[in-house]
Amino acid sequence: MNRNDPYSEPALQLHAVSYCYGQSHSQTERAVLAETSLKISAGEFVSLVGPTGCGKSTLLKLCAGLLAPSSGHLTVFDKPLDGINSHAGYMFQDEVLLPWLTVLENVVLGLGYRGMPPTESDSLGRSWLTRVGLGVVADYYPSQLSGGMRKRVALAQTLILDPDIILMDEPFSSLDIQTRQLMENELLALWEKKRSAVLFITHDLDEAIALADRVIVLSAGPGTHPIGEFSVPLVRPRDVTEIRTHPEFVGLHKNIWNVLRDEVLKSYQHNLSHHE
Amino acid sequence: MSNNNSEMKPALLVLGKLSVFCSALAVWEMVSWDPQLAFFFGDPQRVVITLWQWFTEGEGVLDIAWGDHVLWSLHFPAQIYPHLIITLAETLLAFIIGTAMGMVAGLLLGINPLLSAIFSPYIKALNSLPRVILAPIFAMWFGLGIWSKVAFAVTLVFFVVFFNVWQGVRDVNPVLLDNVRMLGANKRQQLMTIYLPSATSWVFSSLHMAIGLAFVGSVVGEYLGSYRGIGYLILQAEGSFDINTILAGTLLLTLFALLLDSGINIIERYAFKYRQVK
Repeated sequence: MNRNDPYSEPALQLHAVSYCYGQSHSQTERAVLAETSLKISAGEFVSLVGPTGCGKSTLLKLCAGLLAPSSGHLTVFDKPLDGINSHAGYMFQDEVLLPWLTVLENVVLGLGYRGMPPTESDSLGRSWLTRVGLGVVADYYPSQLSGGMRKRVALAQTLILDPDIILMDEPFSSLDIQTRQLMENELLALWEKKRSAVLFITHDLDEAIALADRVIVLSAGPGTHPIGEFSVPLVRPRDVTEIRTHPEFVGLHKNIWNVLRDEVLKSYQHNLSHHE
Repeated sequence: MSNNNSEMKPALLVLGKLSVFCSALAVWEMVSWDPQLAFFFGDPQRVVITLWQWFTEGEGVLDIAWGDHVLWSLHFPAQIYPHLIITLAETLLAFIIGTAMGMVAGLLLGINPLLSAIFSPYIKALNSLPRVILAPIFAMWFGLGIWSKVAFAVTLVFFVVFFNVWQGVRDVNPVLLDNVRMLGANKRQQLMTIYLPSATSWVFSSLHMAIGLAFVGSVVGEYLGSYRGIGYLILQAEGSFDINTILAGTLLLTLFALLLDSGINIIERYAFKYRQVK
């Protein structure tokens, strides 16, 4: 596998990026992200795990260009990022489908923004809906679908634009465990075909390992930064349900959990002290 | 429909509604037997006769004019039609103009925080002004024709729609906005695909009030000074203490207010197709 080749092209790089809420840069309490440097190569699947509320979403929004760093800078394919990251697709944790548009209209939304004629975008949209197993509900409204189906539509909406970088912010966390594993397998199958760079955020370590080439552990907030990095040498294609019992998986899980556990406890203590 | 309603027998419901109507009518009829009371409360038979005469007797002529130039004359088989058409035209014009102005202003101020900060004190001041005071000013500006009534009704409609759209734009879900930005929407596309549709649901919640206020504005405007319209008929009748004509005009207004409101319901059903499906 040459995906982890250090010479491969970097898709997304963070150079000592910090982010603070409000104006007071000096206050350490308010620094959400501190001096974070990361590199994601083209075609690489990277998972970021960290305790709840550690600023993972902030990190991803910085990569998307939805937020601007307080200090440091980002580069996308070696060009400095300014404004929205046009190479990236973003899958949000929340519901993002527009309730007043049909499923098909939602899927082709981004194509419309790019000025593709409707006849062309509709046929592409229908083929993507078939690919995520939703060909028959093209003319339904999002409110008529289940949570899992809506996630598939959101996935098609992002992937139809063929992004070089996919940013995913706990996209499956609202789903039940079976639907979730189905979606994870589906994501891997779709990704195998195109191999975009993926930055996948989760607090679920199982999910992180099962999907990724590399797992990065973030420290508890405030002042979150990467504290550990593990490469996942498991063979592809993978089945996320079966791989969890693989000895190599279990070993990796144990190693990563050793690093993560302290941070989870720290985060828990921090939250407790803030609620008193 | 609430649960209570659906559990009731429809026949019983109709019967109940009818009996309220009939007993109210019966009480009114009995009151009107006393001539002194009839002077103040009217006589249902005479009210119906007045309405009947309005729709069957005399003839109506309505000149459609631009400035002093008469474009064409409309002839009607009965006297009420020109008055009715004038009042409805004022209402619809005020409704359309007021809603459009309210939407544009609400969108502009909702999207642009600077404009919002500059204009909001003035808009709040204007909104707290008792609008009836404006009627004589508009009569001076626009004369006694329909436009002074339209202008007056617009001042009522505008604020209802404006505040709803303003609120609607500020309440746009930020995640939806972030998502379309990531999908590559520019400012104009964000307006068309996020702000406008989000504001639409707020607009519609205000449209029922807006059409009612447009109607109120037109009739009050006519009542304060005019030579045509239902408000004018009521004003005339008041001058001769003709309670029956006043009540006939009131009934006619109520009927058309209900009709206009159900018109909004139809538009609403069409605009929110996505809410009907389940």
